[in-house]
Amino acid sequence: MSDTDIHSQREAPPGTAPAAARELRTEEMLVNMGPQHPSTHGVLRLMLRTDGELILEAIPHIGYLHRCAEKIGENVTPVQFVPMTDRLDYLTGMNNNHGFSLAVEKLCGLEVPERGHYIRVIMCELNRIASHLVSFGCYGMDIGAFTPFLYGFREREYILDLFEATCGARLTYNYLTIGGASLDLPEGFVERLAWFLDYFEPKIDEYNNLLSFNYIFIKRTANVGVISAADALAYGLTGPCLRGSGVKWDLRRCVPYEIYDRFEFDIPVGVPGGNAGIPPEVVVGDSWSRYYVRMLEMKQSVRILRQCLKQLAGGEFRAKVPRTLKLPAGEVYLEVEGVRGQLGFLVVGENKPIPRRVKIRGPSFCNLCIVPHVCRQVLLADVPAIVGSIDVVMGEVDR
Amino acid sequence: MGWLHNRFEENLAITSVDWVLNWARSSSIWPMTFGLACCAIEMMAAGASRFDLDRFGAGAFRATPRQSDLMVVAGTVTFKMASRIRRLYNQMPDPKYVLAMGACTIGGGPYFKYGYHVVKGVDLIVPVDVYIPGCPPRPEALIEGLMRLQDKMKRETIAKKAE
Repeated sequence: MSDTDIHSQREAPPGTAPAAARELRTEEMLVNMGPQHPSTHGVLRLMLRTDGELILEAIPHIGYLHRCAEKIGENVTPVQFVPMTDRLDYLTGMNNNHGFSLAVEKLCGLEVPERGHYIRVIMCELNRIASHLVSFGCYGMDIGAFTPFLYGFREREYILDLFEATCGARLTYNYLTIGGASLDLPEGFVERLAWFLDYFEPKIDEYNNLLSFNYIFIKRTANVGVISAADALAYGLTGPCLRGSGVKWDLRRCVPYEIYDRFEFDIPVGVPGGNAGIPPEVVVGDSWSRYYVRMLEMKQSVRILRQCLKQLAGGEFRAKVPRTLKLPAGEVYLEVEGVRGQLGFLVVGENKPIPRRVKIRGPSFCNLCIVPHVCRQVLLADVPAIVGSIDVVMGEVDR
Repeated sequence: MGWLHNRFEENLAITSVDWVLNWARSSSIWPMTFGLACCAIEMMAAGASRFDLDRFGAGAFRATPRQSDLMVVAGTVTFKMASRIRRLYNQMPDPKYVLAMGACTIGGGPYFKYGYHVVKGVDLIVPVDVYIPGCPPRPEALIEGLMRLQDKMKRETIAKKAE
């Protein structure tokens, strides 16, 4: 019996299934996937209710990496909390620093100097590329291809070298801070970045040839885990998961923050198969679309970075911030377009240096919520393909 | 340790057997794919193209504890995860080794003071052979830790311990 036969017989809800399908029903089994599993991207645990190879229900269990980030936020000053934001979504430290700094700056009414803005955009977009490279490599590994992992990490090291030259850290940067950036760009950074962009842009096509348009990869991911645009909006998906479903929504363009309104770039969205080089098997909102949106986003990031280098202003890189920054009474909620979706920070001040409350909206957490909805009536081997394409980072889910 | 240990009196033949066993063990360490948090990314980087852990014989990452003999605890250990780590450790065959990677596994790291859900050191759960400090440690640091572990493995003997 082929896979499609199993699908057609099992898709009917219990009770209404034809007699033949009811007779075929085998014993249900609960399978634990994780918390130690190579394709759950950390310590996600999925309880799978299976009927043979078929998943009837997938229940995510979280909390294995709850590191009390919000509680720490209530006990330390904002400047001390910036390094903690690095460790939320540990692949995108710069974007997290940026989001939190913007929220605090809005609460305190601080102005960032022109050069500081550009440094921030450069770092955020570089980090976006670095993170997408990891998700590209790991998604290949989830599907069973090891080579993309080596290719993705090869190019990522160049970006980490740039970060290291700038702030001395490879992963947890603590670089973008309240008022701008904590250090100026190092000597020769612009030239090195320009070289990297020229080197990196053709590599994206290499990745596409290697993985995106690989026949086996398309068979494993196209038309698997389809999320309709309505579902994506209803579940509050953001980032590449939402855009993969065909919704053109990107905070950088739709609600411009920082200086993103000065740059030209497109918002890649999932498109149906058969159009402009897209394989015919692809459906809008499937795992392949979500994956491919990331590949296209890397190209757009390169575009933004090139414009940044052209416009890069001189002068101060950090505003004059008092040593003890007193947070005025009031609250600020601010969202930025993180790598995995909209990253929000709520900061409540009460005329003290320490905030009363720091709440974090992690995009991975909201994106993970759709897993029980999508992982229904799919095959067991599709679960890594779906979870990998949603690309959660557990540090941000549990916080 | 393994079933061979503490079985034989010390003599010349055993020293040679020791040497061969330790050489074989230390140059084909199979680590378990066990990423907890940020340090796991650096562990992946250490296994990837630039740093290539395979040069030291430790590149065969296994997804199951039953095939591996090194557990790299890479990341923050929480109370909810602690019992799972203990269970994974128990599932590994002897002889087995543990690398504590990063500040969190050594003593809670940045979550020491306010992290009410963070275990203050993985050595409270499993015995640790080598500690690697850093937040996160660089891949070079992980490789250094691995080499120190290899030194440790080379000093092992199957001879009976002195009474």
